[in-house]
Amino acid sequence: METRHKILILDDDADWLSLCRDQFGSLSSRPEILTANNAKRALALLETENVRLLISDLKMPRIDGLQMLSIVRRRFPGTRTVVLSGLEDEDYRSRAYALGVDLFWLKAEMQRNVKLFCECVEALLGRADTENDTGFRGLQSKSLMDIIQMECLTRASTVLRVTRGPLVARLWIQEGELVDAECEGARGEAAFQRLLAWKTGTFENLPAEPGHERVIHKPVNALLLESAQTLDENAGASTEPDSVESNLHRKTMWKLAQLTREGAEFVVAVPLTGGEPEALGTQNPAALAQWTRRAAEVARRLGERLEAGPLSHVAGQSIERQTVMLAHGEMAFLVGWPADATENLAEKSRKLVASWES
Amino acid sequence: MGILNKFFGGSASVQQLPAGTVTVDRDGRIVTSTVSSTFPEPMLQAIGRDVLELFREARVGQIPLSEVSLHFGSLRITARELRGGAIIFMFPQTALSPAFIPARP
Repeated sequence: METRHKILILDDDADWLSLCRDQFGSLSSRPEILTANNAKRALALLETENVRLLISDLKMPRIDGLQMLSIVRRRFPGTRTVVLSGLEDEDYRSRAYALGVDLFWLKAEMQRNVKLFCECVEALLGRADTENDTGFRGLQSKSLMDIIQMECLTRASTVLRVTRGPLVARLWIQEGELVDAECEGARGEAAFQRLLAWKTGTFENLPAEPGHERVIHKPVNALLLESAQTLDENAGASTEPDSVESNLHRKTMWKLAQLTREGAEFVVAVPLTGGEPEALGTQNPAALAQWTRRAAEVARRLGERLEAGPLSHVAGQSIERQTVMLAHGEMAFLVGWPADATENLAEKSRKLVASWES
Repeated sequence: MGILNKFFGGSASVQQLPAGTVTVDRDGRIVTSTVSSTFPEPMLQAIGRDVLELFREARVGQIPLSEVSLHFGSLRITARELRGGAIIFMFPQTALSPAFIPARP
């Protein structure tokens, strides 16, 4: 039987609560609507009911919305939060997002764009269940590994602040190099290893701290590999069967570790018979997958026409990068390398693809 | 001319692999060629069209390539983009060919 998600609406205006109850009660997923006119009652409902989404006002007596969100973030980290406020002040918006809310809307805006707002609420309700939820807010469906990977690939300098309920961790990244980590009372590599075991949370980018002492000297790719191995070992030692999600997570970590260890920028795996491509390290997988399919098709046609033997690979060169396309049976792989890479990229790509497939 | 062909022609032959350089314009027409004249011209034009298609598709895919190399078991085709057209180098691979051609610095 399909479970009905619960939405809790918190507002001190009874008319507004009634309006929202009608509005959200008619959503296609038919959620159960709970209402509360003060924070105390809302907290009581959060304690007793499995609430998926909290829609809260900001301006309320006694405990205001920001305080409420802070409490919810700490005590109910799995609950999605939306702010629906009449306060047209950018400062409140920034503060709400800093607290990790999923969405901030003005009441007037919501009334003008009810349909769009309802779609956003549906999207938030539709996301994975709180028990099995993975991914980091602010960048849905991306793992922490992906986020770190992106920061390092873009040679960014930042401090990543990751929050998971009451736990807070920090990663110091300087020009794409991980220089320090702090998590659960640990520092350096140990903290990084602990942090990578987190599967959910929120993160924010803080300004870089160029003067921060460097504690981690290993390259980030080596640390990722070690973490993947540690997680694999821990999973092997566990007597409980692993969930599909955690297996997929480990697999992704392993692939990312391989990618960074070899020094590649991205890999796109494309089923030649159609289907969704799988990609790591790129934000543009669809376009790359399309070119990979075309290149495989053109190479096959040319090879047959000229009787030139089997295709080894197709290498491409541009100002920004080098690419190697390999076709393996029903799959084609496109591997991106830095423009200045001078090693035997075809051979390295082949090794990467072999480990990817295994 | 061709007297020997009259006596020895007609036997089955293996298709040659193209060796040399071809330049094609943006429409795929052959501009210059150093490939043997015995190699069928339609085949050369087909190579030119395929290579231009690779460059065109790469631009569409937002990875504009300046050079593409197709490595087959017995032939390597390297093409450089040339103002919409391309210059195409074809190297048959023999046992004496270097197995690895390092990337340019």
